[in-house]
Amino acid sequence: MAESYVEHEASHPALQHHFENLEQQREAGTLGMWVFLVTEIMFFGGMFLAYTLYRSKFPEAFAIASNHLDIKLGAINTAVLILSSFTMAMAVYSTQVGKLRAQIIYLVLTIVLGLAFLGIKGVEYHEKYVDHLIPGTLIPGNPFNPDPHAMHLTQGVLMQHVQMFYWIYFAMTGMHALHMIIGVGLLSVILYFSVKGRYSPEYHNPVEVAGLYWHFVDIVWIFLFPLLYLLGRHLGGH
Amino acid sequence: MSEHIVPVKVYVSIFLALMVGTAVTVLAAFQDFPGALNVIVAMTIAVVKATLVVLYFMHVRYSARLIWVIVASALFWMGILFALTFSDYWTRGWL
Amino acid sequence: METFVPPVPSRINYINAQYGLKSWLLTKDHKRIALLYLGSISFFFFIGGLYAMAIRLELLTPQADLLQSTTYNKVFTQHGIIMVFFFLIPSIPATLGNFLVPMMIGAKDLAFPRINLLSWYIYMLGGIVTIYALLAGGVDTGWTFYTPFSTTFSNSYVVATGLGIFINGFSSILTGLNFIVTIHTMRAPGMTWFRLPLFIWAHYATSLIMILGTPVIAITILLLAFERVAHIGIFDPAVGGDPVLFQHLFWFYSHPAVYIMVLPGMGIISELIANFSRKNIFGYSFVAFSSLAIAVFGFLVWGHHLFVASQSVYAGMIFSFLSFAVAIPSAIKVFNWTATLYKASISYDTPMLYALGFIGLFTIGGMTGLFLAALAVDVHLSDTYFVVAHFHYIMVGGTLLAYLGGLHYWWPKITGRMYPEGWGRFSALVVFIGFNLTFLPQFILGYMGMPRRYHVYPAEFQVLHVLSTAGASILGVGLLIPLFYLMWSMRYGKVAPGNPWHLPGLEWRTQSPPPTENFDYTPVVTWEAYEFAPPEETEVVGKFHDKVPEKA
Ligand code: HEM
Ligand SMILES: [Cu+2]
Repeated sequence: MAESYVEHEASHPALQHHFENLEQQREAGTLGMWVFLVTEIMFFGGMFLAYTLYRSKFPEAFAIASNHLDIKLGAINTAVLILSSFTMAMAVYSTQVGKLRAQIIYLVLTIVLGLAFLGIKGVEYHEKYVDHLIPGTLIPGNPFNPDPHAMHLTQGVLMQHVQMFYWIYFAMTGMHALHMIIGVGLLSVILYFSVKGRYSPEYHNPVEVAGLYWHFVDIVWIFLFPLLYLLGRHLGGH
Repeated sequence: MSEHIVPVKVYVSIFLALMVGTAVTVLAAFQDFPGALNVIVAMTIAVVKATLVVLYFMHVRYSARLIWVIVASALFWMGILFALTFSDYWTRGWL
Repeated sequence: METFVPPVPSRINYINAQYGLKSWLLTKDHKRIALLYLGSISFFFFIGGLYAMAIRLELLTPQADLLQSTTYNKVFTQHGIIMVFFFLIPSIPATLGNFLVPMMIGAKDLAFPRINLLSWYIYMLGGIVTIYALLAGGVDTGWTFYTPFSTTFSNSYVVATGLGIFINGFSSILTGLNFIVTIHTMRAPGMTWFRLPLFIWAHYATSLIMILGTPVIAITILLLAFERVAHIGIFDPAVGGDPVLFQHLFWFYSHPAVYIMVLPGMGIISELIANFSRKNIFGYSFVAFSSLAIAVFGFLVWGHHLFVASQSVYAGMIFSFLSFAVAIPSAIKVFNWTATLYKASISYDTPMLYALGFIGLFTIGGMTGLFLAALAVDVHLSDTYFVVAHFHYIMVGGTLLAYLGGLHYWWPKITGRMYPEGWGRFSALVVFIGFNLTFLPQFILGYMGMPRRYHVYPAEFQVLHVLSTAGASILGVGLLIPLFYLMWSMRYGKVAPGNPWHLPGLEWRTQSPPPTENFDYTPVVTWEAYEFAPPEETEVVGKFHDKVPEKA
């Protein structure tokens, strides 16, 4: 029976024992993150499906409810997130070319921008809280009970359907914010190791992979922003 | 298979394109286009922006074919979820 | 290239490489993690079995004597939840798959060993949360959690149970992710895609479903739980929501999930049929691609669970048609297995008995699925015992038998000991008889109109119910026997050689039990799958020594 064996190569300290070489390890890491992102797409997919269904069922109520979101904060947040995606891409780039100081700076910037996004989101959530727009009894003691005049309800539009919009709004942006929080945590770990000098042009897969995750979260928002904030503007909001 | 390093110039251009896309989508939202055109415009811009992020920031343009397949299959399965669910909702009134 | 020199069998293997509880609880070795899973899923299987016993005992008589209605609702719900989410879905992938995927492709471990361990902890956490929910008061919605009953009306522990299932889902996702990456990137030199054992193809297809489907049930259950807390949500008719949307989302995962349960079983059967016929499988690439076809088509048929749930009849027609289409790849497998058996020199060892049982029972299960997928027939059969019999034929007659067959087949590799063959064959027979006696009467009951999920029934049905309960007792005994002799064999069984069945697969080309890194050197594969070596080159001891294997 003809059989032969391959020998092990001399290895890099970051090479894990079960991989043959760093190239294989990197390939596995990147592939793993992409596969994970597929699960994320499907996870958000369920909510996008519900959104599409109810928006097509209650177009007026959704437009009215959407007009009550703060478009300025939404737009600013979109810009913040795109900028953070850019700094993330630059952090990966800096690692690839061995500019380790720049790498740390870009990572810090990305984290700060991520936190800024969450802060602005918090301000928006607070506005909704004050206006009693948090659906159902999600917040005990502050049930959904907005002022119908402030909402500019038109004839025949039911407040329940407005509430449905807010339920979907909170589900989607809440899940997105949760992903941002996880992303910030992930980047903080990466930052810690990059300060310790772990990453180099030869070995930087964790930075890359964290970057993939971060960009994905950005993409989700790229869709959420027009779908949630912009859909009724042309009908004359305020 | 060594990695491809994307030049900074490309990153900057993509960043600028995304910002412009955001501005355009906000402006377009305030125009009253006929029919469903508002939605179509908003979604087209979003798809273009997302594609730019995927291709350049996430390096898919320079990645192995397997990564393309993975991205495509995620979209395909989303398509299944939507198409078959709406095959119910859209045809409920037909009878 | 040098000629093959068998590595000196070292006495160190993955089991005795390290000692102590910590070395198990913190292990990153896929083989040890497989054993952790083996222990925990056996535990859950046992719990699920106790519920099954309670159900069958209650159904002995037409009246409610053992359990009251509310209790009965909880018992069948909990039986379903434990069996589906905590036994069947992880059963083969997380134990045999975990153990064998790296070994069969010539890798030292899965691509992400730490994530593999994490998946077990997530599984345990999900299990503990669920067990807590059961002890705190249980849940009575059925394993399907249909809204609006689950969101609004049930006053049982829906949120806690849902949380347990939500958590558990991530363990399934991580297992699938690990397999996909491992199969893509860690194959040994020479191990091309078309040299992969069919077990690997089946696990690849299963993993696709795990990563594409599980996230959808995760978000669905999460939304359901929040909806219960907030008293409003997307499934709530009071705000214009549609409860049927829940069914769409639930079955988008749960129909493909039935293939998560059965595909790995099909992978085992392909191994058993080829290896115990000592022939290459008939139509290797058809069997391989039919697994992928099942993974894809499996996502196109979920609406056959909604035929009588106010789904549009047009959608019903589409889903009915597609359901018929999905049977094709399964049928391809059955035909190829039987064609492989044709004129083969078959050894009827315990694993093969289970494999043959699988083919018959899976065929019945699949065919009755087609009855149910026919729109008009389903109106009559939906929510009756016919459905119960249908899915048990696949889940128990299929998956469980495959799992037992695989467990026996690889037992010498896993433990380094042989199981007692006589007992093995005997219990396989008992399981087969017990199973059929339990579930055949249920087809008839369902056809006659016995609804599922009821514990009080007209006296005319009693005979069939008694038969079914009798069968269940036999089945229970048949399952307890292996439990005892397998445990016994770990200590007292005959010591197994590296390759007790004399097979060409990579997992047999290392010692039993394998060393921590599986192989002493990374193997280079120069042979096709199921390529049987000419007899004179195989060391002949034990099982096959009087049979001359066919030349590949
Ligand atoms: C291959 C493995 C399969 C498994 C594990 C399986 C499992 C199941 C399960 C668990 C249910 C009951 C769901 C409930 O609680 O209501 C079910 C119902 C059903 N199955 Fe299967 N099934 C399989 C294959 C098939 C196939 C091949 C078909 C048809 C092509 C099919 C058609 C159906 C239909 C139509 C129902 C709905 C019956 C009703 O509720 O009226 N199944 N199956
Ligand atoms: Cu189904």
